[in-house]
Amino acid sequence: MIKVNDLSKRFGRLEVLKSVSLDFHTSKSYAMIGPNGSGKTTLIKCILGMVLPDSGEIKVADKSIANDWTYRHQIGYMPQIGRYPDQMKIGQLFEMIRDLRGDASNLDEELIKEFRLNQMKDKRLHTLSGGTRQKVSAALAFLFNPRILILDEPTAGLDPIAVETLKAKILLEKNKERLFLITSHIMSDLDELSSHVIYLEEGKVLFNDSLDLLKEETREVKLGRAIATIMKRNLTQTLTA
Amino acid sequence: MIKIAKYVMYDILRNRFVMLYTVFLLVVTLSMFSLDNDPGKATLSLLNIILLVVPLVSIIFTTIHFFNSYEFIELLLAQPVNRKTIFFAEFIAIAFALSCAFVIGVALPMLLINFTDSTLYLVLAGLLLTFVFVALAFGASVSTRDKAKAIGVTLLFWFYFTLIYDGLILYVIYSFSDYPLEKVTLALVSLNPIDLARIIILLKLDLSALMGYTGAFYKNFFGSSLGITYSLLLLVAWTLVPLILAMRKFVRKDI
Repeated sequence: MIKVNDLSKRFGRLEVLKSVSLDFHTSKSYAMIGPNGSGKTTLIKCILGMVLPDSGEIKVADKSIANDWTYRHQIGYMPQIGRYPDQMKIGQLFEMIRDLRGDASNLDEELIKEFRLNQMKDKRLHTLSGGTRQKVSAALAFLFNPRILILDEPTAGLDPIAVETLKAKILLEKNKERLFLITSHIMSDLDELSSHVIYLEEGKVLFNDSLDLLKEETREVKLGRAIATIMKRNLTQTLTA
Repeated sequence: MIKIAKYVMYDILRNRFVMLYTVFLLVVTLSMFSLDNDPGKATLSLLNIILLVVPLVSIIFTTIHFFNSYEFIELLLAQPVNRKTIFFAEFIAIAFALSCAFVIGVALPMLLINFTDSTLYLVLAGLLLTFVFVALAFGASVSTRDKAKAIGVTLLFWFYFTLIYDGLILYVIYSFSDYPLEKVTLALVSLNPIDLARIIILLKLDLSALMGYTGAFYKNFFGSSLGITYSLLLLVAWTLVPLILAMRKFVRKDI
């Protein structure tokens, strides 16, 4: 579904992505893990066409995304920090995005209902707390039944009830031939939600395989410990090298 | 594009700046005409104020608005919307809002008080100046991520075109006064949109003698109508070139 081929990007002197190649398939959910500044968000922004890579290519559904924008009909994106026009109301925001995307049939308003966003539709976006903003972002990402869902730290800042609601929603949608790409620093969440793990460090992919294989290889039961083992292994490798 | 421009317009109208600008222009226009009984003189005084204020307001407002709508642009970029569409929608909305302010603030009262040909050209020149400086401000805004830097650069544009450039021309004319400079000054004037706008009105008001040497020569060289057409076309070019450069930069920008 998404093919990333030899992708490189630098911001000034900083090399953020170093020839990253990845394949993402439908009906799977990928957990993207890595320390802060390892290039996770940059990779996501490249897939969304917000950041343009220096070299390499990205294909979505076998079509290159360079100079294309229609492919974003297939993507729902929940940003790490949802930033919205200050003066707009919640209701207006949903209406505007619906108006712009045009694909109004077959809307998935479950999260709007679950998060009770309809009751606050007259609230202006700059008055919202960080958590409510996250709820708005999540509801927007799921609204159009996209085949690809990219969630950048979806559970950060949400209250425990909302986290469970969102997780339940993700698990429900996982069975519907969708592709999930989730980044998070909360390993227990990823353990529940994902089937594949991509470990990124300093712009390089260090591990890319199924969750079960990772656990088997590191002989750990929990994702958090398994990742810690990998990180330690890399550290000792670089120290001895 | 119109759809997005509509939402940008909505955002612009919510903040009162454009309304204040309209009222300011209205007050200036009315006071100029009530202070001076000679409409020609009043138009001239008004021209001088417009040539300073319109570029300044256009350039500052555009830059601030662009950076304030960064969230909006970010939001749209995750949706299936073309980047060029976003860019032109922003331009159209801002240019349209400022043009409305200018039409209501200057054109409307002038039409009611005294309507002549020169009124029409004053309005036309004012609108074109608005477009030029909105386009220039877009160029500065897409080139940097730093709002303060962008405002600094746009202010520099303004100082350059209103003050520094005239000084430079005077300097050139003064130091090379032994040579025939008519064509050189003509070319130099074309490089400054504010001078072009001034020329349009002065040629129309038949006050080109006030512009001294260059004005007289300009009039002589072109005759009124050709000179005006030439200046108008150049002002359009002054809008399109920065706008297209800014658009190309925006399409390749990392958000």
